Amino acid sequence: MSAMARRESIQLLALLAGFAVAGYAAIRLLAGNPVGIGAWFVGSAVIHDLVLFPLYAGLDAVLVLLLRRYPALACVGGVRWLNYLRVPAVVSALLLLVWSPLILQLPTAFHAASGLSDQPFFRHWLAVTVVLFGLSAATLTARIATKPEDAA
Amino acid sequence: MTVLDRWVRRVAEHPPPGPFRARFWRSPLRGPWFTAVLSVALLPGITLMFLTGLASYAAYNPNLAPGNDTTPGKGLLGSWLPTWPAGPSWLYWVNQGVHVTLGLVLIPIVLAKLWSVLPKLFEWPPARSLVHLADRASLLLLVGGAVFELVTGVMNIQYYYAWPFVFYQAHYYGAWVFIAAFVVHVAFRLRRLVTALRARSVIRELRTPLSATRPEPPDPDHLVSPDPAPPTISRRGALGMVAFSSLALLGLSVGQTIGGAARSTALLAPRGLQLGSGPNDFQVNKTAAMAGIGPVDDSWRLEVNGAVSKLFSRAELLALPQHTARLPIACVEGWSTGVQTWTGVRLADLADLAGAAPDDQLFVESLQRGGGFGTVTLSAGQVRAADALLALRVNGADLSLDHGFPARIVVPAIPGVHNTKWVTGMTFLVG
Repeated sequence: MSAMARRESIQLLALLAGFAVAGYAAIRLLAGNPVGIGAWFVGSAVIHDLVLFPLYAGLDAVLVLLLRRYPALACVGGVRWLNYLRVPAVVSALLLLVWSPLILQLPTAFHAASGLSDQPFFRHWLAVTVVLFGLSAATLTARIATKPEDAA
Repeated sequence: MTVLDRWVRRVAEHPPPGPFRARFWRSPLRGPWFTAVLSVALLPGITLMFLTGLASYAAYNPNLAPGNDTTPGKGLLGSWLPTWPAGPSWLYWVNQGVHVTLGLVLIPIVLAKLWSVLPKLFEWPPARSLVHLADRASLLLLVGGAVFELVTGVMNIQYYYAWPFVFYQAHYYGAWVFIAAFVVHVAFRLRRLVTALRARSVIRELRTPLSATRPEPPDPDHLVSPDPAPPTISRRGALGMVAFSSLALLGLSVGQTIGGAARSTALLAPRGLQLGSGPNDFQVNKTAAMAGIGPVDDSWRLEVNGAVSKLFSRAELLALPQHTARLPIACVEGWSTGVQTWTGVRLADLADLAGAAPDDQLFVESLQRGGGFGTVTLSAGQVRAADALLALRVNGADLSLDHGFPARIVVPAIPGVHNTKWVTGMTFLVG
């Protein structure tokens, strides 16, 4: 048996062992509502791969293409501004993604259980977003101001 | 060559258009080094997530009594776990703070890692061999499991129970499905990881600006684009963006775990709001209204059963020797009350009054009807812990109704919901 074939058989055995453990857990995971839980499990991967990824990558690709098509727009004061938009937008979007239930006031039980208001989360997210874009704009301004004239 | 062989080869050589063709993927940043850097962060991170998750599960003492067990069908996935200790008092606090906060911190890294390997999802042909097919199937468990665990965890800490299952079971068994695939995944890629990391110097990469950013050399796994676009961000810039996202999630949530003045920094976490400055103004897992508890009057009696049975009014409990303990209550959701000063009767003293044996367990019942965790069984070690209390007062004042008036359990290092509120019955049982 070649080294490659040996490696492949070991990997196959390991994968089968992994499936055995995963299967043992999956029987317990799926008990009660196989279709519902299975849909959530597989759906988690599908929604990331076929919805979330195409959405953010597509938005970014459109932006990059536009700036490539109209290079005059890509710079302000001789500095490329794309990443000064990307960073705050990515962080803000991630915060929204993670905390969307509270920000959009989706959980009906939050106030009743905790005794806390569910009102401030949207305001907080908005404030954080404004600060992120503000800091980014300030950094960009500083970059433009300190940029040597000849390099512009 | 058979007709079938020829047909298979034909399909393999003609990928459908779009993402199935290598030239669709044009980012100049994708490559084994970039993926390996993210993996190096995830490997210890995910390992710690699994271990703290397992510890959190063990902290409920599922093997002590059926009533503690939210996963009665667990079989080999936890029947071997030891009884949870009654200290140090910060044990569950730190464990759960790490589990939840680290989970949030890992989200940007997981998303970046998935971005870095996404072309592999559209590999063509879909399966080259049996091993390749099995490996890809295990990736479904890996990716589905990772996202499933993150989504259920993140939704649960926000009280958003929009799913058709019980959280404890789904999150626990889901973790086992994931970790089985994870271990095999890591075992067969560790060498590739080391090789990829050695190929480039991290220091040099951190000094490389956008103008000097070049694609990695072609790799056998085809992560590197065959037709890379000009870069629009450096590698250090992209990694910095991921790190900054993680730091933002950390900074805007960790305050709910630390408590005190730091709580106000948790602007987006569920328990970032301060309640006030009174003795009872700290976080509540479940309000009295939510638990269906109306005002409790003087007719309330605590029934204590052991070798002898006794009824206690609140005044009689206050007349017993009082002990004060400074303990935090930490929730499975990752937040904590911070350290509060609790005063009441030692559980060990009540055990002695009831004629309980030193190794007796304690079954506690609440006035709470319905919902989860109206009862709990505590281990002998927890009952006999020096700071384990039936608390009557907190921070120098009577307990408020939301905090469990007339009496509640407070035991070091146990999950928050096991500190049963509105206690009405305590039964000492042979373990």
